Amino acid sequence: MTDSKYFTTTKKGEIFELKAELNSDKKEKKKEAVKKVIASMTVGKDVSALFPDVVNCMQTDNLELKKLVYLYLMNYAKSQPDMAIMAVNTFVKDCEDPNPLIRALAVRTMGCIRVDKITEYLCEPLRKCLKDEDPYVRKTAAVCVAKLHDINAQLVEDQGFLDTLKDLISDSNPMVVANAVAALSEIAESHPNSNLLDLNPQTINKLLTALNECTEWGQIFILDCLANYTPRDDRESQSICERVTPRLSHANSAVVLSAVKVLMKFMEMLPKDLDYYGTLLKKLAPPLVTLLSAEPELQYVALRNINLIVQKRPEILKHEMKVFFVKYNDPIYVKLEKLDIMIRLASQANIAQVLAELKEYATEVDVDFVRKAVRAIGRCAIKVEQSAERCVSTLLDLIQTKVNYVVQEAIVVIKDIFRKYPNKYESVIATLCENLDSLDEPEARAAMIWIVGEYAERIDNADELLESFLEGFHDESTQVQLQLLTAIVKLFLKKPTETQELVQQVLSLATQDSDNPDLRDRGYIYWRLLSTDPVAAKEVVLAEKPLISEETDLIEPTLLDELICHIGTLASVYHKPPSAFVEGSRGVQHKRLPARAGSGESAESPEVGQSGTSEAPPAVIPSQGDLLGDLLNLDLAPATTTVPSVQPSMQMGAMDLLGGGLDSLMGDESDTPGVSHRTEMQSPQPSSDYSERELGGDIGGSPSMGAALGAPAAMPAALSNAPAVGGGLGDLFDLGGGVGMPTGFYVAPKTLFLPAMKAKGLEISGTFARRGGIIQMDLSLTNKAMSVMTDFAIQFNRNSFGLAPAGPLQVLTPLTPNQTIDVSLPLGTTGPVMKMEPLNNLQVAVKNNIDVFYFSCQYPLSLLFVEDGKMERQVFLATWKDIPNDNEAQFQIKDVHLNSDAASNKLQGSNIFTIAKRTVDAQDMLYQSIKLTNGIWVLAEMRVQTGNPNYTLSIKCRAPEVSQFVYQCYELVLKN
Amino acid sequence: MIGGLFIYNHKGEVLISRVYRDDIGRNAVDAFRVNVIHARQQVRSPVTNIARTSFFHVKRSNIWLAAVTKQNVNAAMVFEFLYKMCDVMTAYFGKISEENIKNNFVLIYELLDEILDFGYPQNSETGALKTFITQQGIKGQHQTKEEQSQITSQVTGQIGWRREGIKYRRNELFLDVLESVNLLMSPQGQVLSAHVSGRVVMKSYLSGMPECKFGMNDKIVIDKQGKGGTTDDAGKSGKQSIAIDDCTFHQCVRLSKFDSERSISFIPPDGEYELMRYRTTKDIILPFRVIPLVREVGRTKLEVKVVIKSNFKPSLLAQKIEVRIPTPLNTSGVQVICMKGKAKYKASENAIVWKIKRMAGMKESQISAEIELLPTNDKKKWARPPISMNFEVPFAPSGLKVRYLKVFESKLNYSDHDVIKWVRYIGRSGIYETRC
Repeated sequence: MTDSKYFTTTKKGEIFELKAELNSDKKEKKKEAVKKVIASMTVGKDVSALFPDVVNCMQTDNLELKKLVYLYLMNYAKSQPDMAIMAVNTFVKDCEDPNPLIRALAVRTMGCIRVDKITEYLCEPLRKCLKDEDPYVRKTAAVCVAKLHDINAQLVEDQGFLDTLKDLISDSNPMVVANAVAALSEIAESHPNSNLLDLNPQTINKLLTALNECTEWGQIFILDCLANYTPRDDRESQSICERVTPRLSHANSAVVLSAVKVLMKFMEMLPKDLDYYGTLLKKLAPPLVTLLSAEPELQYVALRNINLIVQKRPEILKHEMKVFFVKYNDPIYVKLEKLDIMIRLASQANIAQVLAELKEYATEVDVDFVRKAVRAIGRCAIKVEQSAERCVSTLLDLIQTKVNYVVQEAIVVIKDIFRKYPNKYESVIATLCENLDSLDEPEARAAMIWIVGEYAERIDNADELLESFLEGFHDESTQVQLQLLTAIVKLFLKKPTETQELVQQVLSLATQDSDNPDLRDRGYIYWRLLSTDPVAAKEVVLAEKPLISEETDLIEPTLLDELICHIGTLASVYHKPPSAFVEGSRGVQHKRLPARAGSGESAESPEVGQSGTSEAPPAVIPSQGDLLGDLLNLDLAPATTTVPSVQPSMQMGAMDLLGGGLDSLMGDESDTPGVSHRTEMQSPQPSSDYSERELGGDIGGSPSMGAALGAPAAMPAALSNAPAVGGGLGDLFDLGGGVGMPTGFYVAPKTLFLPAMKAKGLEISGTFARRGGIIQMDLSLTNKAMSVMTDFAIQFNRNSFGLAPAGPLQVLTPLTPNQTIDVSLPLGTTGPVMKMEPLNNLQVAVKNNIDVFYFSCQYPLSLLFVEDGKMERQVFLATWKDIPNDNEAQFQIKDVHLNSDAASNKLQGSNIFTIAKRTVDAQDMLYQSIKLTNGIWVLAEMRVQTGNPNYTLSIKCRAPEVSQFVYQCYELVLKN
Repeated sequence: MIGGLFIYNHKGEVLISRVYRDDIGRNAVDAFRVNVIHARQQVRSPVTNIARTSFFHVKRSNIWLAAVTKQNVNAAMVFEFLYKMCDVMTAYFGKISEENIKNNFVLIYELLDEILDFGYPQNSETGALKTFITQQGIKGQHQTKEEQSQITSQVTGQIGWRREGIKYRRNELFLDVLESVNLLMSPQGQVLSAHVSGRVVMKSYLSGMPECKFGMNDKIVIDKQGKGGTTDDAGKSGKQSIAIDDCTFHQCVRLSKFDSERSISFIPPDGEYELMRYRTTKDIILPFRVIPLVREVGRTKLEVKVVIKSNFKPSLLAQKIEVRIPTPLNTSGVQVICMKGKAKYKASENAIVWKIKRMAGMKESQISAEIELLPTNDKKKWARPPISMNFEVPFAPSGLKVRYLKVFESKLNYSDHDVIKWVRYIGRSGIYETRC
C-alpha cells in the first residue's frame, strides 16, 4: 500500500466527497480521508472547509490518525479560531494520558495552535507537563514555553513559566536541560536587557556537565548559550575553554563550529604569554581543517567562518595553506571562498605554491572564478613584495592567452601593481598596449587609459593611443571619460608642444558637449588651472601619489569582532550583523568580544590578528600636505579678500558639495592630491575598487563652484591632510553651527602667555572659552613697564582651524603702569588655515605703541565643538563602521569619580553629545559625537564601569590627528 | 531557529511542507521555487536570502530539501540537520526519490513532528526513532507502561542511541577501516597535496550495554606507552605508528576522556554506525602513481600517453581500477592502445575511460591515445582538466592499524574473549588527480 495515490485526486466535488468519507463509520476510511486532506494541504489547496469534520476525527486511540489531525489543526486553527476551541477538550484530556508520548504530543501540538482563546487553556496542562515525571514530556514542555512566549509573552511572565523554565536548567536529564537552555535563550533575545539567562559560575557549571551527556543538537544549544557568557576573569575563562575543547572532536560540524565560537571568544581574555593560550591556538587548527572534508554546503559555511577566523587570528591557520587549494570538482561557491582564504594566507613562505595554483585556476572554465584568480595574482604581488616580479610575469603570460576577460582583469590589477611599485615594472607597458583593442569593459579601459596617461613620457605614441579613445568619447562610460580627460591633461603637461590640440579637444568635449556635471566640472577645473598657472597645474595634476594599501577586503574590525561572536550562524555566512537581515528586535543587539583580563589596555580587539598578514600599516600617506598647502595658499592668497562677498553663492556650492559631490570629491586622488586623502584611508576597500573610485572620482560640486574656484571655499574639509584648504568650507559649516545656547563650557584658569620680560613690560595671560556658540579669547593685559601703553592690536598667524579675531582688541583706555585690564576677544573660524604642530597651536602677534610681540599658546579643541554636533543614531552607526579602524585611538581617562550620567551631562556642556547609552555587564557604553567648526565629525565611545574610576575612551575620526586633542578635552572637562 | 521545512521535486512542486514558525508564510514556498529551483543561472550558494528570509538547501538526486528561517540561526546546525533528515529518511524507506517521498508522506510528517520541535532539532537517532515511529504507525496503544517509559528514557536519555535489553546468542562485531586517499599531483610528479580521510565503521551485535574500548596505532598513544618501556620498543613501535591530524567521533564516544587520556571508550549503538572519522597527511602510502604525457601535434591532434605504477606489496591486489583521461570538447575521434584492461572513449563524458579489473603491487601499465580534434575558432583554450583515478586496495593507505577492541559487559556473563571480532581494511581513491 502506498500513500502516493492521495496526491492524485483532483476531481471536482472533491471536498464534498471527502466530507462524506471523514464522517464515515469505518476507521480505515476515515484515516484514508484524513490522509487525502493532508496531501491536498501540502500542495497548497485550501481544505479549511473540512475543519469541523477533521476535528471530529480527533477523538481516537489511533496515534497515527491523531497526529494527522493535529497536523491539520496546526495549519488551519488560526483561520478558524472558534472551531479550534472544539479541540481543546481533547488536548486537555490527552495531557493526562498515561502514555508519555501522547502527553508530549498534546502539549507540543497545543503550543503550535496560535489562537488566543486556546492559549488560556494551555496554561494548566503546560504547568503540569513542566513538572511531569517523564523527561520526554518535560523536554517537550520546555520548548512549549518558548512557543507560548511567541504568542503571548505577557501570559508566560504572569504565569511564572519563566521561573519554572529556569529551574529546568538544573534538571537531571540532559535533554531537558538543553531544550530549556534553547527556550530561555530565545526568550532572552526578545528581552535584551532582562537578566533571564542568569549566567553565573554555578549555572555555567551545570551547562558544562550537561554538555557531556546530551544529544548533538543539545550540545549546540548549550554551546551557543555559553558563548553569550562573559567569564569574570582569565582563570574562569581558561577552565571553560578546557571543558569545551573536547567538543572539537565531535562528528557534528555544528558542534565543532559552536565550540570554536566559544573558544575564539573566551580566548580574548587569556593573557597571551600563557602556555595554555598557545596550546589552544594549536588545538583550533585541525578541527577547522577537518570541516573541509564535510559535505559541500557545510564546507561553504565553514569557509565563510574560516575567512573571519583568519582575519582575526591568522596564526591559527598560517601553515595550512594547502588544504585551501581548489579541487577541480568543488562547487563554485566553495572554490570562490577557498580562493579568498588563500589570498589571506599568502605570505613570503608559501607564495611560490600559491602562485602556481593561481596560475592553474586562471585557465579554468568558470568566468567569475578565473577573474577572481587573476585578481588574486595581482593582490599577491601587492602583498608580498618578493613575489611581485613573478606575479607580473605570470600576469603577462596570462595576457598572452588573449582570453578576453583574463586580459582585462590582468590589466586592472597591473595598474595597481604600478601604483604599489613605481618605476619598476613599466617595461611591460608595451605588451599592455598591444591589447588595447580587445578591452571592452569600462574598468579595464579606464585602467589602461590611466596607465597611458601616467607614463605618457615613456610611450612614444601615447597621443595617438589616447586620441583613438577620444573618437568615441560620448559612448564611453563616465569612468572612462573622466580618466581619459585626466590622462590627456597629464599628457599635455608632459608633452605640451605636440598635444595642445588634443587637450583642447578633450576639454571642449568635457565642458561643452557633456551633460554629466562631474565631467564638466573636472573639465572646467583643468581648463582654469591650465590657463591661469601651468606650473601649479603641473604640481597638482602630476603630484606624487600616495601608496595603496596591501590588505584589501578586510572586514572592519568592530564588525569582525561582532561576527566572531556569531560564528556558525547566518551572520557569519553573510558577513553581516544580524540586524542587517533579521526583522524586529530579535538578535539585533550587538555582541562584543570580552575584554582582555588583567591589564586594562585595549579592550577593543587587540590587533594580534593583523601582525601575520600585514606587517606594514596598510595605508601610507606621504607628508606632502604642507608643501601643497603652501602652494595652494600662495595662489589663493589674493582671493581671500573676496571671501565675504562670494559667500552666498558659495554656501550653495557647499551644500551641493555635501549633498553628493563630497564623496566623489574625495575620490579623486591621482589628479588633485592636495584635495584629500580620505579615500586612501578607507583601507577596507579592495585596491581595485579603490582605484575604480579614484578613476571615477571627480572634483565635483556644482557649476557655481567651478566659477568660484579662485576662493579657498572650493576645497573640502579634509583639514588634516590638506591643511591649507580646509578653511573656506569650515566657515560655511560654522554659519549654520552658531546656534546660540547657554552651555556649561569649562573655562580653564588663565595661564601666562607672554611674560613681561619678553615683551618690554607687557604681560599677557589668558584662556579660551566658548559661550553660546561664540568663541572667545579672554585676555588679561598687565602693564609692568614704567610707561603708558596704547594702540593695542592683535593678529593671529594662520592656524589649523582658521581661528581669527572677529573684532578689534578692545583696549579703549591707555594702560597705565601696573594696571591690569581684562578683555574678551571674539574669535571666528574663517581665517586662513595652515596645519600647525601641535594641531591646536596658535601663534599670536600683539602690537602696542612700543613694539610688536609674538607668542604662541594652545587652545582646547573643545573650543571648536559646535552646538549642533549631535549625530543621528543611524548616521553614527554607519559612520562608525565607515571609518577604518586604523583611525581609532584609545585612551584611558583615569581617576574620574563620576557615574556615566553625570559624565555625560558634563560633557554635553562642552558640546560632546551622548547619542546612545548601552549597559552591558555593569559597564556603561556611551556613544558620543562631536562636530568641529570645520565640519569634521569625531565619534567616541566611552566605557564606564561602575566602581572603576578609569574610563576607556575610543575615538574615531576621519582625521585621526585630532583624536589626541579631543581626548585632552575629555580629560579637562571630566576632571574639572 | 528553523521556521519551516519544504521538500520539492525537480519541477519545484511541493511534496512536503511543514511550517514551524509563524513568521514563515506560504509565500516562502513559492519564493524558493521561483528564485532558486527555477532560477536561470546556476545556483551560486547553498544559502539564499530572499526578502529577508533565508533558505538553506541541499539536493539529493533530483529532490530539493529546503529549510527556511527569518532569524539568525546556526547555519552549520541547519545543514547538519538537513543531512540528518536525509539519513533518517533513507533509513526508513531507502532512496530519497519523489516516489518514495510521496509514498511515505504521512511517515515524513510524523518524523518531522518528532525530530524538529518549534524548529529545534530533537533526538534524530534512527535507532531510537524506530522504536516508536514505525511505518505501520500504530504502536503506542499496545505498549505496556514499562515499554513506554523505556522509549522515552531512551529518546531523552544519556545513551539515546541504544536501548536496554538487547540479546544475541552470538556476540559478534565487525570493524571496517575505510579510507579514501586524496591526491593532487603536478604533471612533474610533485605532490601538491595529499591526505587520507578515513572512517572506522562498526557493526556490533552485542548483548546488553557493553562498554567498549578501541585502540589503534595512534602515534601519541604509542609514544606515551613507549616512554614507559625500553627504548628499543619505542623505536620499533614508533615506525608503525601514525600521526593523526584530527579525528571526530560518533556521539557515543566519551570526548572528554579522549581529550584527557586519548583513549576511545564508548557504549556502541546496536547494528551499523560510524565510530570515528580521521584525517592524516603524513607518510601516506600513495597506491598509484600516474605519469601523464600530453603533446599537441598541430592544431588538430593530441597525443596522450599515461603510465600508471602500483606502489604497494606485490602480494596485494588492487581492484576496480579506472583511469579517466579528459579530452577536449572538440574531439572528433580517438584511437587507444593499452597494455592491460579495456579503454574506451566516451564522447558524452569527454573522456577516455581506462578500466583494469585487478593489478598487483609494484607493477606498471601504460595507455597511449591519439586524439583527433576538429578545428575551432574558439579562442578559449582547453582547460586541461586533471587525470583522475579510481581504485580499491586491501590496506589502509594511512598506515592505520587496529590494535584492539575490548568489550566489557559486567552484568551479562560473556567476556571479551567470547566476542567474535572481524577487522577489514579498504583503501579507496577519493579525489586522486594528476594534472597534465
